[in-house]
Amino acid sequence: MSDDVIAAEGLTKVFNKHLMAVDHVNFSVKQGEIFGFLGPNGAGKTTTINMLITVLKPTGGKASVLGFDIAKQDYDVRNVIGVVPQEYTADEDLTGMENVLLCADLYGIPRDVSKERAMDLLKLVELTDFKDKKVQTYSGGMRRRLELACGLINRPKVLFLDEPTLGLDVQTRTASWDYIRKLKKEYGMTLFMTTHYLEEADALCDRVAIIDHGKIVVVGTPEELKHGLGGDIITLRIKEDADVSELIRTVEHVKDVKNEDGSYRIKAEYGEVTAPFVIEALRRKGYTVTKLSLTEPTLNEVYLEYTGKSMRDAEESREANFSRRITMRRARGG
Amino acid sequence: MSEMNHNSKSKLHGIWALTNRELKKWYKEPVLFLLTMIQPILWMGLLGKSMNISALIPTNIPGLDSKALMQETFGTSDYFSFMAVGMVGMTALFTTMFSGMSVVWDRRLGFLNKVLSTPVSRAVIIFSKVLSATLRSMFQTGVIIIIAVAFGLQFGANFNPLNILGVFAIMFLLCVGLSSLFIALTIRSTRMETPMAVMNLINLPMMFASNAFYPAKLMPDWLQSVVNVNPLSYTNDAVRQLLIVNTVDYTKLALDFAYVGIFAVIVATIGIVLSWRFLSK
Repeated sequence: MSDDVIAAEGLTKVFNKHLMAVDHVNFSVKQGEIFGFLGPNGAGKTTTINMLITVLKPTGGKASVLGFDIAKQDYDVRNVIGVVPQEYTADEDLTGMENVLLCADLYGIPRDVSKERAMDLLKLVELTDFKDKKVQTYSGGMRRRLELACGLINRPKVLFLDEPTLGLDVQTRTASWDYIRKLKKEYGMTLFMTTHYLEEADALCDRVAIIDHGKIVVVGTPEELKHGLGGDIITLRIKEDADVSELIRTVEHVKDVKNEDGSYRIKAEYGEVTAPFVIEALRRKGYTVTKLSLTEPTLNEVYLEYTGKSMRDAEESREANFSRRITMRRARGG
Repeated sequence: MSEMNHNSKSKLHGIWALTNRELKKWYKEPVLFLLTMIQPILWMGLLGKSMNISALIPTNIPGLDSKALMQETFGTSDYFSFMAVGMVGMTALFTTMFSGMSVVWDRRLGFLNKVLSTPVSRAVIIFSKVLSATLRSMFQTGVIIIIAVAFGLQFGANFNPLNILGVFAIMFLLCVGLSSLFIALTIRSTRMETPMAVMNLINLPMMFASNAFYPAKLMPDWLQSVVNVNPLSYTNDAVRQLLIVNTVDYTKLALDFAYVGIFAVIVATIGIVLSWRFLSK
């Protein structure tokens, strides 16, 4: 436990006595890694992050951040962490600089120190030219970067990012990833982030925990998880109206076959070599393959494998919905 | 980016930053600033001047001294002066109410969560709301008095400029109490509608079941009993004693201060304890 930056054991949050938002989760985050919580909206990601940043008190279990107990030493936790919330919390009527300085004041950083740090941070997120402009003139990407600068003002050892690219377009999202990578590489910072973008978890995270209905279903590096699926995915359709799962299963290197409404999902090692054998086996029995595709597994397949469904949003509270809508609208620069 | 950050910070750090954040929205926005000032001017100008009560009393009936009658009823011979004071309390009521609503916005926009994740004390978060509402109201009090004087407010015979300090003192107590009350009402809300409705339900009776527009002694008994527990009545009375009454009743003035002071302490304590418990959930 000593070298774990974050450690959670049986962490649980129950709302209104019966809504199990986070259900006995266990995980640990190592020094200097980017750890991602991946799951659909409403899966319990934000609730978990809110417990770790001491905004919510856990109903059960325990967790520590840099050795401080989140329930008993919450004040110490708050001093050493940085938080970049899902929402745009910067004040629209204030300038970028004023917003960063406001954050500094909340940490009790003296003005002479905070001015210098704010300048450095605004430079880091490339907002120096806009520092004296009101935030309401900022684009979605700029606002995200400003939130990042605010979250770094107390020089945190761990940074918590809740959906860091929610609502951003693809280019801006990719650019945001670079800033996040920079923090890890240049400052050796430990990052805990949540996302419901599979490609984001794949591109950024050293390790990923897939969370569904408040439970962690699997943890590992994106490579491990993808590799753990046991190979590539061949998807095919045949002309005839028969179930050929058993037949496909007899082909060498085929590990698993699922018939999903006449579309066969075949898990196979060395997919590009195995696929021709599958076609051959089918043709020999008189079946005609009409469609075939070969995919190397992505986190989407991993997600599908462990939760039995595609990533979709669970039901959410009115409040969460509202704040997400506002975030999305501002991301688009509205 | 690694050295620890345990600077020598007091328990109250961040209070001015958060208070100033609220105030900035107001003084940096000239239109909003002007609008909050126009409302009391309109009330004073329209209501105060249109209800020309002294003109109702005929002056040509022998034996009827209209000035004395006004003096007897309102404590001053000029109705406008009487109601201008009521305006001070009413403005405080509305300003503190809107400060309550800002808690809901902070929650919905995620700002509240952001602040909760910083080492700012929970109490400071609430104090800063109370403080910003109070400072705003006190500033408005000053402006209203100046405008009222321009509109023809008549000071009492024994008025001393130092009495203004007394006015600010009692307004401070009232605003601390009212804003704590409204923040306690809104701190749990995630939507605007419910607290808005509750506040309107509280505000109108508080305004009219007080001596803001009309002296309590002429009201029916049942209404008087409501007026007599309303802290706004005591504030209005104190401000009238300090500004427009000719002979100050010091016992009553002391009672006014004591009542509003106790109201402020009790409500602020309840409000802060409730909010604190809710914020540390």
